[in-house]
Amino acid sequence: MTRSGTRGRVRTTIGLLLTGIMLFPVYWMLNVSLTRDQDMRKSPPDLFPVHPTLAGYRTVLDEQLPYLGTSLVIGLGTVVLTVALAAPAGYALAKLRPRGGGILSFVLLAAQMIPGIIMAMGFYAIYLQLGLLQSVPGLIVADSTLAVPFGVLIFTAFVSGIPGELLQAARTDGAGALRTFWSIVLPMSRNAVVTVSLFAFLWSWSDFVLAGTLVNGGAHEPITLGIYHYIGNNNQEWNAIMATAVVASLPAAVILVLAQRYVAAGVTAGAVKD
Amino acid sequence: MSSTTQKPYRRPASGPGVAATAPRRDRPRPGSQQWAAWAFLTPVTLYLVLFYAYPLYRNLDLSLRNYTVRSFVQGDAPFTGLDNYQKVFDDPTFGPALLHTVVFTAVCLVFQYALGLALAVFFNQHFRLSATLRALFLVPWLLPLIVSASTWSWLLNSESGLVNALLGAVGIDPVNWLTAPSWSLTSVIIANIWIGVPFNLVVLYSGLQSIPVSLYEAAALDGANAWQRFWRITFPLLRPVSAITLLLGLVYTLKVFDIIWIMTKGGPADSSTTFATWSYQLGFGNLVPAFGPGAAVGNLLVVAALVFGLVYVRVQRKQALS
Repeated sequence: MTRSGTRGRVRTTIGLLLTGIMLFPVYWMLNVSLTRDQDMRKSPPDLFPVHPTLAGYRTVLDEQLPYLGTSLVIGLGTVVLTVALAAPAGYALAKLRPRGGGILSFVLLAAQMIPGIIMAMGFYAIYLQLGLLQSVPGLIVADSTLAVPFGVLIFTAFVSGIPGELLQAARTDGAGALRTFWSIVLPMSRNAVVTVSLFAFLWSWSDFVLAGTLVNGGAHEPITLGIYHYIGNNNQEWNAIMATAVVASLPAAVILVLAQRYVAAGVTAGAVKD
Repeated sequence: MSSTTQKPYRRPASGPGVAATAPRRDRPRPGSQQWAAWAFLTPVTLYLVLFYAYPLYRNLDLSLRNYTVRSFVQGDAPFTGLDNYQKVFDDPTFGPALLHTVVFTAVCLVFQYALGLALAVFFNQHFRLSATLRALFLVPWLLPLIVSASTWSWLLNSESGLVNALLGAVGIDPVNWLTAPSWSLTSVIIANIWIGVPFNLVVLYSGLQSIPVSLYEAAALDGANAWQRFWRITFPLLRPVSAITLLLGLVYTLKVFDIIWIMTKGGPADSSTTFATWSYQLGFGNLVPAFGPGAAVGNLLVVAALVFGLVYVRVQRKQALS
């Protein structure tokens, strides 16, 4: 009894240590974001903020709020578009047995393998002709390509788990496919909606390639470009850069705390990220 | 509710492929249901054509014509066949970019998988806080890549980075991680391994869940030690999940762009350039864009990704059938 108790404690200690090592870069980002300018080039660097300052965060408030707002709008737009496209498709593939459904699923799977820079270049060529460069709706559409195939696969897997008798009963009661989808499938797929929305938001919020190609230099740029411009200008205010990075990480942190089980489910079910 | 939630996710290996590859025993239903089904599928089908197929087609078109900035806007570039591909093959960057892509992908895969597996086995022991700590391991994977890349850039900074300070403390001379051609590839590999470990951990961990505990108990009764139990039970039984993890990892590592671009831009002097960054460099990184060759490099990358993607689908289908 005591032996297994000790062993458990040893394991917990090792686990804490490993997690500490893994998350050290994240801690370092926090530490640097609170460091004063004059301490930034100190050698050796302070391992924790000895003279903490919020100057970096003040800079974020002064300069980065528009970027954050744009990212929020783009993230929400991507979520709406992705769910609107993926949920009906998932329902049809899982329950309505369409001819050619297998091919469509295969195409969706292959679509996830296409490198982001290829999509970026293709979209650039198209948007240039359509005059859609530097437009927020244009970036929303482009960002949704990160999540739509994943969304369809998640919805398909999920809706397959809804008992067929339930849908059959609705049919017997005279509900058409649309009614069944809207009143039964969608409410029962709440968890799939949450999972797909989380990932769609996170991916569009984190997107750098598409934003850098399609809206770079425009009036509305997302936060990833805000950070990139900071670094690119050979900016030496690393506390401001890292403070922006901390703020840009907040959605990921919130999602991990509030919706961890959805995240784990999404990773294992879809396993998509570049 | 929760039982239906868990159902599709229980076996990770059957995740993405279920819809694509599971054999459908029941025949398609005729008539009105087909109409309904395709009514629901029309939006996503149009979407795939407009926003996947068409950009890909434009990209192919770019790679087969001689584009300049002017003809890019006007769209009247002359057709030049495979000239751009020839140009790319003859480019002195081709060899290094190919080598870096292979090294980057192979080294990242090996380390991500080995570390992910070791951590998965460790966390599978269910000690106090194990679930919480495992969740925290997801953080690097969830962070925006620009955040991870800029944090690593500062950690590896030549003058003020913590890594060089620590090396200095044990008497090792500072290393120009990001600015020395001999180190830049190593630096981006380190950062990318850090980002990829959580994915391997989570998928391999859920693979471990499906190995029956009774097997380990029997082995322990027979006197097998922990090392033997790992090599005789865990590793062989995890092989299907390992194959899926490695293949997916391969496809995703091939197209890594953000990390390298943000940390080194593929430099200095192409020392960390891969096909992904080279393609972008050609198309967008120079004052005079070379859209044609850029698209050609990109298309080579697409072909590579799709080849391994097909292998992935095949492996998964085989597993779904067995």
